[in-house]
Amino acid sequence: MERVPVLKIGDILLVSIQIDMEDQVALQLQEDLADRIVATGCHGVIIDISALDIVDSFVGRTLATIASISRVLDAETVVVGMRPAVAITLVELGLSLPGIRTALNVELGMEMLRRPPGDDLAFADDDPAAVP
Amino acid sequence: MDIGRQAVALGSHEVSRFAELLAQHEDALVTTWTDQVAATLRGRLSAAELHRQTAELHKGFRSALEGGATSLDAEAAGELRALLGDLSTSRARQGFTATETATSVYALKDAVLRILDDNGGADATTLRDYLGFSAFVDRAGLLTFDAYVRAREELISDQAEQLLELSTPVVKLWEGVVAVPLVGTLDSARAQVVMERLLQTLVDTGSPYAIIDITGVPAVDTQVAQHILKTVVAARLMGADCIISGIRPQIAQTIVALGIEFGDIATKSSLADALRHVLRLTGEAARRGGPREG
Repeated sequence: MERVPVLKIGDILLVSIQIDMEDQVALQLQEDLADRIVATGCHGVIIDISALDIVDSFVGRTLATIASISRVLDAETVVVGMRPAVAITLVELGLSLPGIRTALNVELGMEMLRRPPGDDLAFADDDPAAVP
Repeated sequence: MDIGRQAVALGSHEVSRFAELLAQHEDALVTTWTDQVAATLRGRLSAAELHRQTAELHKGFRSALEGGATSLDAEAAGELRALLGDLSTSRARQGFTATETATSVYALKDAVLRILDDNGGADATTLRDYLGFSAFVDRAGLLTFDAYVRAREELISDQAEQLLELSTPVVKLWEGVVAVPLVGTLDSARAQVVMERLLQTLVDTGSPYAIIDITGVPAVDTQVAQHILKTVVAARLMGADCIISGIRPQIAQTIVALGIEFGDIATKSSLADALRHVLRLTGEAARRGGPREG
C-alpha cells in the first residue's frame, strides 16, 4: 500500500498528498501523523491537498479527525491548496469541513501557524467597524 | 382533385419547363426582380450589390430546377439552400427584417408572372404550373426566414456570452486582496462563473482576502444570497476570507425582511469600508506575526 510521507520542517510537520486518497491511505496517514506529532513534539501540521482532484466525504471526515487528533496533541492543523473545483464540489455537497483551518498555499499556511491559534477570532472581536 | 394535387407540387415536366423559362429570360427576369426588391428595400443596399444578389439567386433557382429538384429538400437544390441561407444570414447581420429578406425571394414570382404575361398570357395549364412553382418559391422564402431566425439567435447567444465575460471581472485591489464588483442580475449561470473565476484568481494570486461588492446588483433575493453564501463558503474552504460590500439601504432591508442570515461573514456598506477592514486585518496580522514586517 502507498503511504503519504510526513516531513518535519522546524516546528511544523508537512504532509503533501500526491497520490489518490483511498480510504486505507487516509486512515494510515491519520495513524502516522499521530505517531509523528508525539515523536517530534511539533506544534503545527500542514496538509497540502493541491494535487487532489477529488475529496470525498470520507477524506473530508478524515481531515477533520486528523485536525481534532492534532489539537488533542497540542498541534494546530492547516489544510492548504484546495483546488477551486474541489471547493465548489464540497460546497455543492453541503460539506463545509467544520473545525478545519484552511489556507491558500503552504506559505500562507506556515504564516498562519506562526500566529497563536484562535487569533482569527480575536480579529473579528476587536474590529470597531463591525459595530457602528 | 387531380388539379389540386398538382397545384401544390411541381412535377418533373414542369420543373424542366421553368428551368427553360428561367434560362431564356434571364436578363429580363433579373432586371424586373432587382427593381422589385430595390423598391422594398428603399435604397439601403446599392443597386450593383442587389443585382449581384438576385443574379446569384436566379442562378441558384435555375440550377436547382435544371437538376430536376421538385422540392426544396431535393439534393439538386442543395446549392440553392446554401445560397438562401447565406443571403438571409448576411441580411440579418445588416439589420434587415425577416419580411424584407423573404420579400426579396417572393419578388421572383412577380417577375416570372410578368414574363408569362408577356409571352402570350396564361392559359389554365400554365397557371397550374405557375402555382406549383409559386409553392416552390414560398418554401424558399420560408427557408430564408428560418435562416434569419437562426442567425439572429446566434447573434443573441454570442452577445449573452460576451456580456457574461464583461460583467464578471476579478480585480486585484491590494497586495493579497482581490475584489469582484458584481453588476447586473445574479442568476445561477453567472453565479457559477463568478464563483469559478474568483476561486481561480485566489489560487493564482495567492490572495487570502476577497471582497464581493454587490453595489451593481439590482435586487437580492434568497436565491442570490444563496449563491453569494456558496461562494464565500467555497473560498473559506480554500483558505480565503470573503467580505461582502456595497449593500445599499434598500438591500439591507430586503435581506432582513427575507430573514437571510449571513452568519459570521463580514458585511460592509461600501467597498472602501471593506478594504479598510481587510487592511486592518492584514496590518494586525503582520504586527502580531513578528519581526518579518517591522
